[in-house]
Amino acid sequence: MTEPSNSLTEHVSPLEAGESVLAAAFVGDAPALALANGVVKFDGRDIAAHPDGAILCAALDGERWLTGGDDGRVVAISAEGATETLADEKGKWIDALAAREGAVAWSVGKTVRARDAKGVVKSWTAPTTARGLAFMPKGYRVAAAHYNGVSLWFPNTDATPQLLEWKGSHLDATVSPDGRFLVTSMQENALHGWRLSDARNMRMTGYPGKSRSLSWSHDGHWLATSGAEACVVWPFKEKDGPMGKPPRECGVRPHRITEVACHPRALVVAIGYADGMILLCRLGDAAEILVRPSGDGAISALAWDKMGARLLFGTDAGVAGLLTLPA
Amino acid sequence: MSDPTAVTDKIPVTVLTGYLGAGKTTLLNRILSEPHGKRYAVIVNEFGEIGIDNELVVGADEEVFEMNNGCICCTVRGDLIRIIEGLMKRKGKFDAIIVETTGLADPAPVAQTFFVDEDVRAKSRLDAVVTVADSKWLAARLRDAPEAKNQIAFADVIILNKVDLVTPAELAEVEARIRAINPYARLLKATKCDVEIDEVLERRAFDLDRILDIEPNFLNAEDHDHEHGHDHGHDHHHHGLKHYHDEDMQSVSARLDGDVDPNKFMPWLNTLTQTEGPKILRCKGIVAIKGDSQRFVFQGVHMMLDGEPQRDWKPGEKRESKVVFIGRDLDEEAIRKGFAACAA
Repeated sequence: MTEPSNSLTEHVSPLEAGESVLAAAFVGDAPALALANGVVKFDGRDIAAHPDGAILCAALDGERWLTGGDDGRVVAISAEGATETLADEKGKWIDALAAREGAVAWSVGKTVRARDAKGVVKSWTAPTTARGLAFMPKGYRVAAAHYNGVSLWFPNTDATPQLLEWKGSHLDATVSPDGRFLVTSMQENALHGWRLSDARNMRMTGYPGKSRSLSWSHDGHWLATSGAEACVVWPFKEKDGPMGKPPRECGVRPHRITEVACHPRALVVAIGYADGMILLCRLGDAAEILVRPSGDGAISALAWDKMGARLLFGTDAGVAGLLTLPA
Repeated sequence: MSDPTAVTDKIPVTVLTGYLGAGKTTLLNRILSEPHGKRYAVIVNEFGEIGIDNELVVGADEEVFEMNNGCICCTVRGDLIRIIEGLMKRKGKFDAIIVETTGLADPAPVAQTFFVDEDVRAKSRLDAVVTVADSKWLAARLRDAPEAKNQIAFADVIILNKVDLVTPAELAEVEARIRAINPYARLLKATKCDVEIDEVLERRAFDLDRILDIEPNFLNAEDHDHEHGHDHGHDHHHHGLKHYHDEDMQSVSARLDGDVDPNKFMPWLNTLTQTEGPKILRCKGIVAIKGDSQRFVFQGVHMMLDGEPQRDWKPGEKRESKVVFIGRDLDEEAIRKGFAACAA
């Protein structure tokens, strides 16, 4: 392990959370934290997004943040902190959520729904519970991860969704920014990928635990992943993606990585660990900078603002903070 | 293997099984309505059956899938992994979780979920499999419904319900049928599931640290060493109780005075569970490892094994080794000989 040569810890200011942090985002300009008790901390004030509920999932769409709760509601929070209930599934859990350009997709068990920017809702029943959702970067199409594969669904057509098959339980889904690759995290401590042009399979294995945090570099050439004692970064620049190529590793420590977030403008990844530490690593040479020393639970949320000037984080023990990079 | 300090933090999970109409919902309503001060999150398959207003009732789909780990009988409940993950976000709002399975469910995938999933294991622990059985109809179901037999074989606690509807002779008969399959479970007789809740919950039946506490049953269960031919269907009397041998589901227990050789015992246990795993529903044991000052305890479900050194052998405590297997078509003689050959 290389000791971080320098430190940004003095540029971190604490934020009040008080409850386990589930997700973090900059909504407009405001740092926002989704908490386990159904509250969204928005620029320091409390928004009761899911009263008496727990927030299960969240997704950012431009200036709007969406949260899904175990109260069955999908709530949109605007840059001004106003809330709007987009869906109410009557007490069923919102298992997954995705958003893009005003459209929102969510799942409740096997039921997957998509709501376009105009508010028209379409539904589709997945073969089994849809655990992860992602919008394709082009067109109005939703990828839903379920058992034994991923289905690609066009909400505005009646066509049978295209099924990308791979045995096992697929959890989260993410699509590369250029739309060439689709990657899922799996129950079996592995990632699975498909090249969408020909549905060719890619297995990304070797993780000691589940890899539940996936983040694409701003240029789409790299996919940073959690789940190991190093941040495993897979190359996706070439047309074959990571096939036959070893991943890079950075931020090697004797602690499991729980969250990763790529910087929106530079080839730098923020890495959060199970012991509460946060490091920034440069993908090129794996140089490290300390953001936060260990303590106060596992890092459970990490988010950059649009410019990449601020990094918001939270832990499962209810501690949060904001790094403002020195100008 | 397990962090002893974390044990108390882990949310206990009780699995409630039982054939259709045996009284699972009655038991569930009783647990939820009694003034015990505990709060339960309940995972059910059919909404609306629970009459009690409970904040944390979650519907499940019993989605069973195979793990891609080369283990042929390794099926887990995917929905359970997802629901426990979600429930843990409400940690502090409930003390325990109860999973109600459908009448036709096999308890194994539920139990295996707790062996397989790292996140589930980190936050919760399987407490016990509780099976509710209908005194009047169980004997018939054991003949025609393999699911019912699985549920009895798998159980840590069996509630023999509706005893008011049968004669003492019929009750003795059904009890003997249960004991032929599973002599180790705690058997509670009940009318309308009127059992003490603490006889059902917080059993720690899967807790290796507590394997001692289940020893009274474990030890006193008859070692089927007595003379009998394997002409099934005969019944002979034992302690006033009819003694049956179930045709396809049995328990095999074996005992060995003194130590086992770890270089023989570990490979034997691994090979047995790997090759016979699909037939073995449950296994557990306490063994004296040669040269080791600590008792080694293990338990397993099908091909999955969990074992660790438990505690020092006490001064004057007799070093002996015992294993129990409950399963379908077990080769009793092979198991006994195999275990005997592990002697140090």
